[in-house]
Amino acid sequence: MKIIVTAKRVPDPEIKIKVKGDGTGIESHDISYKLNPFDEIAIEEAVRIKENAGGEVILLSIGPGDAQTEIRTGLAMGADRAIQIATDEYVEPSVAARIFKKVVDDESPDLVLMGKQAVDDDANQAGQMLACMLDWPQACFASEIKIEDGRATVKREVDKGIETIEVSIPAVITADLRLNEPRYPSLPMIMKAKKKKIDTISFSDIGIDTTERVKYLGLENPPERAGECKLFETVDELIGALKDEAGIIR
Amino acid sequence: MSNILVVAEHYNGKLKSSTFSSITFARQAGDVHIAVIGSNISDTADALKSYGAARIYKIDKPELEQYLAYEYSIAVTELAKSIDAEMVAMSTSTTAKDLMPVVATRLEAGMASDIIEYTDGKFKRSMYAGNAVATLEITTPKKVVSVLDTAFAKAEPADGESPIEDFQVDIPAGKAKWVAMEESASDRPELKEAEIIVSGGRGFKGPENLHLIESLADKLNAAIGWSRAAVDAGWATNDLQVGQTGKIVAPEMYVAIGISGAIQHQAGMKNSKVIVAINKDEEAPIFSLADYGMVADLFEVLPRMTEKIPDQS
Ligand SMILES: Cc1cc2nc3c(=O)[nH]c(=O)nc-3n(C[C@H](O)[C@H](O)[C@H](O)COP(=O)(O)OP(=O)(O)OC[C@H]3O[C@@H](n4cnc5c(N)ncnc54)[C@H](O)[C@@H]3O)c2cc1C
Repeated sequence: MKIIVTAKRVPDPEIKIKVKGDGTGIESHDISYKLNPFDEIAIEEAVRIKENAGGEVILLSIGPGDAQTEIRTGLAMGADRAIQIATDEYVEPSVAARIFKKVVDDESPDLVLMGKQAVDDDANQAGQMLACMLDWPQACFASEIKIEDGRATVKREVDKGIETIEVSIPAVITADLRLNEPRYPSLPMIMKAKKKKIDTISFSDIGIDTTERVKYLGLENPPERAGECKLFETVDELIGALKDEAGIIR
Repeated sequence: MSNILVVAEHYNGKLKSSTFSSITFARQAGDVHIAVIGSNISDTADALKSYGAARIYKIDKPELEQYLAYEYSIAVTELAKSIDAEMVAMSTSTTAKDLMPVVATRLEAGMASDIIEYTDGKFKRSMYAGNAVATLEITTPKKVVSVLDTAFAKAEPADGESPIEDFQVDIPAGKAKWVAMEESASDRPELKEAEIIVSGGRGFKGPENLHLIESLADKLNAAIGWSRAAVDAGWATNDLQVGQTGKIVAPEMYVAIGISGAIQHQAGMKNSKVIVAINKDEEAPIFSLADYGMVADLFEVLPRMTEKIPDQS
C-alpha cells in the first residue's frame, strides 16, 4: 500500500504563543517548532499499516524550505521519503488541498492520511477539501482504522460517541487524538532518516492555481476574563459565594 | 439582501440548540433560509417555523437517514445554488467540521471555521488554541462558515411563520457506507446543553475515584466533562472531552476539578459565565481564568461539597 501522509510544521503547542504588537502575526523569536501532533499520529498510523502490509510511506509538507527538522522527524518514525513544497508564507487550507491534489495525481497513492487539524490555524478543512477534489471518500476524525479487501473500516470520534463508516480505497482519512500513540524515533532510525530523500519543490513551480479564497487582515490577543479569582478556605464559604454572589445555586 | 442558508443540525430528528446560534449569525448577515436534511424530518422542520426564516427547505429522503459527507454535501450544495445563497452557515459540531469544507469546495467558496464575530463583512475566529484572534475576509462571491455556537446568542422566535418547501434533488450513492453508531449512554444533561458542567482531570488519579465527581454532578444536576488527560486514560468517552480539539462549552457555571487548565483545555471553556477551580496547586493556570476557587485536595473537598450543596434538580 502506497500512503501519502501530510506533515506540517507548527509552533510547539506547549509554548505560549504571543501576538505581535502590530497584529501582523505571532512573535517568532522564542518559538520552537514541532510536527503538528495530529500529523504525527497520522504518520504513526501510516507506518504501522506499512509494517503490516508492506508498501511505501511518503511525507508531504508545505513550509519553509530551510526548515526540515520536522520532516526528518517523520522520516525517523519510518516514512520512506518526503516531498516538500517550499514557502515561507501562510498557506490556507483550500490552497493546501489543491497542492495536495496535484501531488496525489502525480503519485497515485492508495491512501492519504492527514491530521484532522493543524494546531496553528485550527481550521480542520484540508482533508475534507482534498477528498472532495479527488472525488475520493473521506473518513475524518479516525480513532481506529482497519483495512481489508480494498476497503477501510473507520471508527470516527463524533459529538455523540463513536461512529463507524466503511469507505472504498483510495480514500482520505484524517486522524484524531486517540488513533494511536506515536513512537519516539530510535537513534538508529534518526541516523537512517538523514539519508532519506526530501524532494523540495518551490511553491511558485507547483504549476496550479493557488489563488486564495480568504484574506487574513490581522491578529489580536484574545479578550481577558475580567476580575481576580476569589479563593476560599472552606467549602461553606465557596458554596455561600456561589449562592449569594453568583446566584447560581439555590 | 443576500440569502444566507443555515444548515440545521439535528440528531435523529431532534434539533440541536446550537442551530439557533447559527440563525442569530445569519440574521446579522442577510435573509435567513434554513435547510433541514434527513429522513422523516417534517417535525424537525416544523420546529423551526417561527424563527423568521424567509423559507425552510426540507430535503427528506430515506437515503439521507444517516449523515454521510458526500450525500449531504450534494444536498446542501444543490440547494445553495438553487436559491443563490451568498453564504452557507452551520453551527460548529463534528458534522459541520466534516461537511462544510466539502460544501465550500463544491461551491468554490472560501471558508472560515468556527467564527466568533461578524461585522461589516469581516469575520473573527480563534487560532493557536485560542492564543490569538484573527480577523479575516472571505474573498470569493460564495462563502461558507461554521459558527461557534458559544459566541452567538440563541435566536428568539420572530413574528410570522416560515413557509416549508420540499426541495427535490437527486442524491447519487457515494463511496462511503454508514455502519454503526456507538452512542455514549448517559442520563445526565448533554455537555452542550447543560447549565452547569463539572469537569475532571488527571487529578482524579484513577477510575476508582470517579464516583466523587458523579455524586457532585448528581447534586448539581450537571453534565460531566473531562480533560484530554482523563479521556486518554480511558476514564471517559471521547465525546466528553472539553477543549480545543473536543467540545467547546459555555455553561452558566463550569467547575474544573483536578484540571491544570492547559491552553488547549481553556479553549473549550473560557467563555463559561462563572468558572470555579479546585486544584491543590495554587500556581495552576486554571486559577487565572477562574472566578472562584479553592487551593485544596479534591479528595477532601468533593465529598464535603456534595454533602453541603442543596439538591438542584
Ligand atoms: C494537539 C493537542 C490537543 C489537545 N487538546 C486538548 C483538549 O481538547 N482538551 C484538553 O483538556 N486537553 C487537550 N490537550 C492536552 C493539554 O495540553 C493538557 O495536557 C491536558 O489538558 C491536561 O489535562 P489535566 O489538566 O487533566 O492534567 P494535568 O495537566 O496533569 O493537571 C492535573 C491537575 O490536577 C491537580 N491535582 C492533582 N491531584 C490533585 C488533588 N488531589 N486535588 C486537587 N488537584 C489535584 C494538579 O495540581 C494539576 O493541576 C491537547 C494537547 C495537544 C498537544
